[in-house]
Amino acid sequence: MSERLERGLNKLRAQIDSKVQSYFSSCVHCGICAESCLFYTETQDPRYTPIYKTKPLHTLWQQEYTFWGKLSKSLGFSKSLTEQDFADWEPLVYDGCSMCGRCSMVCPVGVDIAYIIQKVKEGLAAAEYSPDDLVQATKRAVEIGSPMGVKLPALQAQIRHVEEETGMKVPIDVVGADYLALLSSMEIMNFPEYIAALVRIFKQAGVSWTLCSEAFEATNSGLQIGNSKIAGQLVQRVVDGAVKLKVKNVISPECGHAYSAIRWGGPNFIGKAYPFKVVHILELLDELQQTGRLKTSGLEKGRITFHDPCQIVRRGGVEAQPVRLLKSISENYVEMTEHGHMNWCCGGGGGVSTIERAEDLRIQVFKRKKSQLDELNVETIVTACANCRLVMEEGLEHYDMDIPIIGMTEIIAEHLVEN
Amino acid sequence: MIANLIDGLLWNISLVVFAVGVSWKMLSIIFAKRPVDLSVARASSIPGAIKTVFTRFKPAAGMASRIQMKIVAGYMFHLGLFALMFFAAPHVRFLDNEFLGFSWTAMPHSAFIISAQFAFLGLLMLWLYRVLDPVSKLISTTGDHVASILTFVVMLTGCLALLESFSELRLLHRFSVELFLIYFPFSSLMHTFTFIPSRAFTGAWFGRRGISS
Ligand code: SF4
Ligand code: SF4
Repeated sequence: MSERLERGLNKLRAQIDSKVQSYFSSCVHCGICAESCLFYTETQDPRYTPIYKTKPLHTLWQQEYTFWGKLSKSLGFSKSLTEQDFADWEPLVYDGCSMCGRCSMVCPVGVDIAYIIQKVKEGLAAAEYSPDDLVQATKRAVEIGSPMGVKLPALQAQIRHVEEETGMKVPIDVVGADYLALLSSMEIMNFPEYIAALVRIFKQAGVSWTLCSEAFEATNSGLQIGNSKIAGQLVQRVVDGAVKLKVKNVISPECGHAYSAIRWGGPNFIGKAYPFKVVHILELLDELQQTGRLKTSGLEKGRITFHDPCQIVRRGGVEAQPVRLLKSISENYVEMTEHGHMNWCCGGGGGVSTIERAEDLRIQVFKRKKSQLDELNVETIVTACANCRLVMEEGLEHYDMDIPIIGMTEIIAEHLVEN
Repeated sequence: MIANLIDGLLWNISLVVFAVGVSWKMLSIIFAKRPVDLSVARASSIPGAIKTVFTRFKPAAGMASRIQMKIVAGYMFHLGLFALMFFAAPHVRFLDNEFLGFSWTAMPHSAFIISAQFAFLGLLMLWLYRVLDPVSKLISTTGDHVASILTFVVMLTGCLALLESFSELRLLHRFSVELFLIYFPFSSLMHTFTFIPSRAFTGAWFGRRGISS
């Protein structure tokens, strides 16, 4: 057995906890989960059935935890996992799953399939069967501090632009601020409007906040590739930055998996609770609005909808806030038929958008979002994840759909009552 | 001789295997390692766990039209089988005499026929899905087919036994039930019990994040 296979098998073995055992013991192989997954509905390829993506871990569980599995393995009727299995499942798990968790909402016996898929990723990553694009992004995140290779000077340059544009100071490294705002590389490079919106909103609401020059990146390639150790390393940077600046709260930006990593996974990755609170920017905006600190005026006239980022809404629990926020600034807010925690994914989450070879598949599965949008006939899409935004912009362009997409923080800032 | 074996020793063995097997399996799931979640919960996990045990009886929003026939087949089979198991007159008598010491009103013969038709049709549809639907075909295991066949045999011999014309038929039914009970803890039939911790685990996870599942 090769060393990498052994590493992969050991890692997979270590993933079998009571939930995994319960889930595998309960699955009746009904196939219902397939109908919830856009990778299956848009391709009709049964290999994209959610539970099928967990097969390597299922095989191991069966052979090591069940009577028939042990018996058939000892009699030579069933084969142990091979490197070929790892190679075969790599594209299914990384390219063919955006970790959206929709399948976990529909399983009649309650299997949290996305939870198991994340565990399969851990095994594949340990055996070095991960797409090169994700490996490189993870390397950059560890070595440079950002999966896109964004360094502090790039952020400083964007800060200068924002300061020129808004005439306001962007606070950085302010010790004792109430909030430390994190950013995603995509926001820094593609949507610096987010930073400008933050400055304007926080000025009006009187929020004491700061950026941190040593910990500004919120994204977490460790989570996407399935390496908890690296995920912990990246989270620790944020924790160190927050502790150094003595902030009380950390704000997760408009990025789905970053929220998942810093809010929910983080303490588990580093093995201890945080000495600060984590809030998502949508939660904070909603709180500021509910308490009267954030005042908006004017209403968007055209038909407008919200695309729920999976990790923020379905897997993150921030569901009511974006709806309240959007309704407060629009008079024609419409919901997709399946929305909120049952919304369909854009197709690019979980690292899929980083994988170049997955582009055709991503465009193909975007047809699900396209048909949701076709039904609605909206003039504007609002979302709260820079990755969703970029993926949807590409999808819309591919299908010749001319609908602008804007971030929630940005659109709220456009409606600010100026002091 | 064979009758004595089926009604006596084999019956007792199958009951012990079933009871010990199911308990062992459930305990090994519940007491297996489960990492403590160190993130700050948004809400308590317990209401989420309890709620999800019940909400998953209903298809998720927007799913019903996509899985219509699977839901119909699943409900027909499970409800039909439940009615047969607990309300068929011979079973009510059997449970009273052998285990409980009390009984309840059994269903009339016509209801038995309808329940049996529901259960058979439901099982047949589910099995057809297994062998014909590309998704179910790909993910189904040998164990799933064995479980379907065993369940079918138990139901078939049960219906034949109800005719009560030959005591051999009753023996055949009992023997098939014994095989079923022995196979049960080692198979996907365990979902009869494990669906509860599975739904509860998932519901607890969603519950502490403040998500309705
Ligand atoms: S829906 Fe649940 S029980 Fe059915 S195949 Fe998928 S994971 Fe298994
Ligand atoms: S998490 Fe989403 S993309 Fe992945 S298998 Fe489940 S439904 Fe499909």
